[in-house]
Amino acid sequence: MAEAPKIPDEAETRARWGSFAWTDENQVKANEILGRYPKGREQSASIPLLDLAQRQVGAETQTQGWLPVPVIEFVARQISVPYMRVYEVVTFYTMFNLAPVGRFHVQVCGTTPCMLRGSDDVLAACKNRGLVKGGTTPDGMFTLTEVECLGTCANAPMVQINDDNFEDLDYDKTTEILEALANGGHPTPGPQFGRRASCPEGGPTSLKAMVDANHDYRGEWA
Amino acid sequence: MPLVKVDGVEIEVPQGATVLQACELAGKEIPRFCYHERLSIAGNCRMCLVEVKPGPPKPQASCALPAADKQEIFTNSPMVKNAREGIMEFLLINHPLDCPICDQGGECDLQDQSVAYGRGHSRYDENKRAVTEKYMGPIVKTVMTRCIQCTRCIRFAEEVSGVEEIGAIFRGEDMQITSYLENAVKSELSGNVVDLCPVGALTSKPYAFEARPWELRKTLTIDVMDAVGTNIRLDSRGRQVLRCVPRINEDVNEEWATDKTRHAIDGLVRRRLDKPYVRVNGKLVPATWDEAFAAIKAVNAGSSVAAVAGDLVDCETMYAAKALLAKMGSSLLEGRQTGMDYDATSIAAVNFNTTIAGTERADAILLVGTNLRWEAPLVNTRVRKAIKKGAKVFAIGPETDLTYKVEWLGDDLALLGALPEAVTEAFGKAERPMVIVGGGALKGGHAAALKLVDTLGLVKDGWNGFNVVHMAASRMGGLMLGYAQKGGIADVMGAKLGFFLGADEVDYSKFAGFKVFVGHHGDKGAAAADVILPGVTYAEKSGTWVNLEGRVQRGERAVFAPGDARDDWSIFRALSDTLGHTLPFDSFEGLREEMYADVPALRHQALATFEWNPPSLTGAGEGVLAGYPIKDFYLTNAICRASPTMQRCSAELLHGEDYAEAAE
Repeated sequence: MAEAPKIPDEAETRARWGSFAWTDENQVKANEILGRYPKGREQSASIPLLDLAQRQVGAETQTQGWLPVPVIEFVARQISVPYMRVYEVVTFYTMFNLAPVGRFHVQVCGTTPCMLRGSDDVLAACKNRGLVKGGTTPDGMFTLTEVECLGTCANAPMVQINDDNFEDLDYDKTTEILEALANGGHPTPGPQFGRRASCPEGGPTSLKAMVDANHDYRGEWA
Repeated sequence: MPLVKVDGVEIEVPQGATVLQACELAGKEIPRFCYHERLSIAGNCRMCLVEVKPGPPKPQASCALPAADKQEIFTNSPMVKNAREGIMEFLLINHPLDCPICDQGGECDLQDQSVAYGRGHSRYDENKRAVTEKYMGPIVKTVMTRCIQCTRCIRFAEEVSGVEEIGAIFRGEDMQITSYLENAVKSELSGNVVDLCPVGALTSKPYAFEARPWELRKTLTIDVMDAVGTNIRLDSRGRQVLRCVPRINEDVNEEWATDKTRHAIDGLVRRRLDKPYVRVNGKLVPATWDEAFAAIKAVNAGSSVAAVAGDLVDCETMYAAKALLAKMGSSLLEGRQTGMDYDATSIAAVNFNTTIAGTERADAILLVGTNLRWEAPLVNTRVRKAIKKGAKVFAIGPETDLTYKVEWLGDDLALLGALPEAVTEAFGKAERPMVIVGGGALKGGHAAALKLVDTLGLVKDGWNGFNVVHMAASRMGGLMLGYAQKGGIADVMGAKLGFFLGADEVDYSKFAGFKVFVGHHGDKGAAAADVILPGVTYAEKSGTWVNLEGRVQRGERAVFAPGDARDDWSIFRALSDTLGHTLPFDSFEGLREEMYADVPALRHQALATFEWNPPSLTGAGEGVLAGYPIKDFYLTNAICRASPTMQRCSAELLHGEDYAEAAE
């Protein structure tokens, strides 16, 4: 693999995470998740439980969280599924991290629409901020990953940082966001030049008469 | 039943058949990689594409498409030819061109099918994908770059062996087949993935770079590692057996074999007894056959002579010994080396009456003191199949991992007389109930288990649910030939002269007489013997074996014995001359005729029928089962104990010794 995750030493992770168990709060959530599926179909809870576990690991380590092997096995035991079946799920989805990540997991989309709209600039901004693809900055703040399409093509280019999308980026805006995050700020997620969702830039370009109220266009059809 | 047209020929196919099966019924060959008759359908290799009308105007994967009435299937249209060539080209994109150094070469599905259905050249010009090797244990060698991701091995591990330790990690181009965290796969059936793998990704580790398939002589014979009687093919070159693979026999082993069956063969050339020995002044010294025979004659045992059959011997050997003893005036025959003394007056009461294939149809199963996974792994896979069809399984004995869900009742045999309500209720509802009694429970539990025949209604029209699992290949044949004394082996221990036919599990300290060991491996029996007469292994003789369900099967000789070793029956024939009790047969065929006259059931290669008239035994079940008879699956007889592969399996898989790949 081009960017295979550097999975930490097994003995060490077992020593550190071998006694992983839900916190009281997450136990409630886990029970709620398990309750969604009928008896005998506990395997369906794999993904939500893994997500919960990853978040708990994140909370414990002050990072975005990852899934050490003992934690994966813990989840497998929760739903009585062979370890291998859960491990397959973890490796399949890129949202699950097989290696530790930093406080902020910066996922830059580099697929065609974002690339055409300037994802190279976004990556350059990350690079100049000291972020390295597939690696974590020495202060443990950022982990940079280039990912495939995250489904926000209308607002390209974009990055996903932790649970938020930052859209309509360029070099400066990316730098700004990273700086803000590094300084403990809370940059606003979403489009970065003031539009709402994927509305056209600079106000409506079509159906303008419908901005304030409903308008019957049928009479105007030629 | 759907009526389909395959290439213009109308054919009726069974309900539920797939298009691929319909094509096969019509005699058309459909290339495939991921589809396998005994595994679930995956449909991911796309090699089996055919054109189907009515349907979308594109080729369809025949393995996953149900055959429907009035369907028209084309297997040789231009569209199909084109599709196959395209798929083949895709599969070969990332497949290395290393056939000359690949062990699968010559028996590789990918090789054969690319010759038959491929384009003959590739248009691919980029770098090929490479995948790192994965560690899967002492049996399976991996070269994962060759993998085409058919997922047969994953499905086998999940569905047949029940050890879900193989899986596919990552996705898309990065997908890799691996064992969990690259640990050894802890399955006694792991060798079967080597046969299943259609390419050279999973090959046999002990057989690596040993031979090419076309230089091997193939001999059909029967496995003796357990009492299942797996049908095998021994591949040999010169005087050495290089490989053992299963043959297909739906009634016995389907197409599986255990790792022990496959890989104990490297023990056939180690620790062999290749010349006679005579004990002189407490030490075994090499001797000639004449000296060895003279030493036996000098015992002057008269009629105080006994024969003890080991676990691996064939019926012919046992008959030859029996005939010699009869001439000498003795009938002290015993085969149950470890001291079992269950009642063998009615063989049906110690037979696997349901038959191995019949196990699949059972709907309630009670295991009594048997670790089926080790005692008869291929019966265990049938139980798994029965569970898939809805059977419920209970077990009495110490808890162990049988690869399926079992309701453990406890380990006290007294339970047989007082089964919990859950069991009686499940058996009450069952149409085809089954009780499987293991060797561990026969002592102390035989009578009580036989009583269950009435209380649980095990025997009914066309169904006999009483089963005993034996662990020795020679056991059923031995019982048919009378190798059983009332008091077990204790009854024969007083003889002046004892013939031990490859008997390595006997407690020799209890036998005070003159010990003659007729066997092939220098193991416990040979160490205790006064005279050693070198015999042959199952690979070096033709013979008859009866498996645990009473199936009479014959094997052929694959290779010749080393040194001075001789066929066991001819040893007894020659010895009979020296002792002055000349046996009445001069050839193997002559012996067989005599044997058939003695036990007619051995004449036909079929399931022997035993009349169901169980002895009336008294006694309730008593005793707590502390463990199971087999302590180490990989080291159960002299051949596997001599096999480096089996020793390594035992050390690594059962005793947790770490063999890092780096150590190789």
